[in-house]
Amino acid sequence: MTDLIQLKTVTKNYRRGKEEIAIFNGLTMTIPKGDFVAIMGPSGSGKTTLLNLLGGTDRCDGGEIIFDGERIEGYSEGQLAAWRARNVGFIFQFYNLMPVLTAEQNVELPLMLTSLPAKKRKDNVATALKIVELADRAKHKPKELSGGQQQRVAIARAIVSDPKLLLCDEPTGDLDRNTANDILKTLQQLNKELGKTIVMVTHDPEAARFATRTLHLDKGAFAEITA
Amino acid sequence: MTDFDLVRKNLFRKPLRTILLTISIFMAFLIFGLLVSLNVGLERATESGSASDRLIVSNKINFTEPLPIAYVNRIAAIKGVTGVTHSSWFGAYYKDPRTSRFVGFAVDPETYLTLYANDVRIPQAQRQAFIAERTGVIVGKAVADQFGWKVGQTVPISSNIYAQPNGRRSWDMKISGIFTGAKPTDSTSALYFHYDYLNESATFGRDQIGNVAVRTASPDLNDAVAKAIDASFANSPYETSTVDEKTFARAFLKQAGDLNFIVSMVVAAAFAAILMIVSTTLVSAMRERTKEIGVMKTLGFSSPRVLRMVLGEALMLSTIGAVLGLGTSAVMLGGLSKSPVGANFGDLNMSPVVAISGLLLAVTLGLVTGAVPAISALRMSIVDALTRR
Repeated sequence: MTDLIQLKTVTKNYRRGKEEIAIFNGLTMTIPKGDFVAIMGPSGSGKTTLLNLLGGTDRCDGGEIIFDGERIEGYSEGQLAAWRARNVGFIFQFYNLMPVLTAEQNVELPLMLTSLPAKKRKDNVATALKIVELADRAKHKPKELSGGQQQRVAIARAIVSDPKLLLCDEPTGDLDRNTANDILKTLQQLNKELGKTIVMVTHDPEAARFATRTLHLDKGAFAEITA
Repeated sequence: MTDFDLVRKNLFRKPLRTILLTISIFMAFLIFGLLVSLNVGLERATESGSASDRLIVSNKINFTEPLPIAYVNRIAAIKGVTGVTHSSWFGAYYKDPRTSRFVGFAVDPETYLTLYANDVRIPQAQRQAFIAERTGVIVGKAVADQFGWKVGQTVPISSNIYAQPNGRRSWDMKISGIFTGAKPTDSTSALYFHYDYLNESATFGRDQIGNVAVRTASPDLNDAVAKAIDASFANSPYETSTVDEKTFARAFLKQAGDLNFIVSMVVAAAFAAILMIVSTTLVSAMRERTKEIGVMKTLGFSSPRVLRMVLGEALMLSTIGAVLGLGTSAVMLGGLSKSPVGANFGDLNMSPVVAISGLLLAVTLGLVTGAVPAISALRMSIVDALTRR
């Protein structure tokens, strides 16, 4: 399998007041195409920062981030935004849907960044909602949906523009066990059937079992790798 | 879905808040539309009722103070003067001084209609009848329409200044004619009657007049003629002040204060209040949506595009309020223009200049009120936006 993501000696620091705190000090990792990797670790270990760097929503202070052969760490803010729109789908713990939009309008948001014609957009939205089994809730607003349904809409939004990479930040952290398992099965299905590369940050070992491998992050370094 | 749809949906996410803000902006633009149009209407009336070759001679102390009627012939004899007439403010009303006041002047009919031939348009037969009939009066079309008067009818016209020896404040006048203005939009809320009729029966102010109107041979001679007139009566009990008609009209309007200044201050105060209210509300509304802005940027919406959407909301809000406010004021001005009271102010209809100025003001208001939230959305980092509680 070829690598989709490569991190080479990445450093990342945060400034808190006058103090500079090192999050990563030479982190190196690779994620092959089609991988489903869970990242676990204690609070403050750098899980979310890693996800932000992988998704181009934060910048590293040093090192290289290579995505599908292209170095992205030097991109301008505008270039990164366009790159995210093309390549990355995001799934958040608290869904982060737009309350004023219906499910299908929320799913359509990433397509507003493409040049697809209206008809094609509509078809893609319908397909994405069908994949997450929410076609019958297309006209509902988020407040009219359960937590699990909202997360499914968020997944549909993440996959509608057919990105190579899905980044999930505690995607089941706000859901009960059964609903969480349904969501995780959907992610597993996206990985196996559509070949999506998925990186999922989680505190939940049960959730991590759905991934093909788990990376344990501690104090900015991978402590242990389990298959 | 387009950016416009997103802007619209975000603007109306809290309908009550948006409605209240729209009402505030609506009120500001209603005030703007009404006051500025009133001011423009008065300015326009001043311009259109003034001729460049006419001067007005009035008492140097104040134009409300009288001049002796003997001045008319003396002024007529001054070099460069080609026509002279006089008029005296009557304080006219019909029946009720509170509701039916209009402009009323006691004049010398023949010379007045000659000097103001372009401004007071009347059929020749009615003109002759007016000159011939001592108790005759010509009334403007607006006044005639207001009270349903017809030519030949005799009506009692009262004064809030003069009284007759028997204590009566009204004079019976026979309507000799109904005049119109040079343009359909000119004010015709006025009447003119014989000075002699007033002079012979008034209890005071005999042989005194309000002011003298002078036509010069050429506007180029205005300054020289004005100086010559004032010099003729210098050091007399009735010194004069001679100015061109436009200056006189403006001074007349300033009796009520500096309208330009008052209108500017009222409009500025209204907009300052709206600016504070709308920008504070928009800043707080945008703070509530910090996370959503972070999500949009995460999805790939560029910062300039997010800025445009936030500014778009402010612009849409101010434009809706402005269009409603200006539209309502245009309708109100149209109604007022047709009313007897409004007729005193000339053509009150909203001019395109006022409407365009209002729309430009709306755009400025939108840009200014949207600037702070839009810039903060532009600068907001995704990580900060998504982690802010």
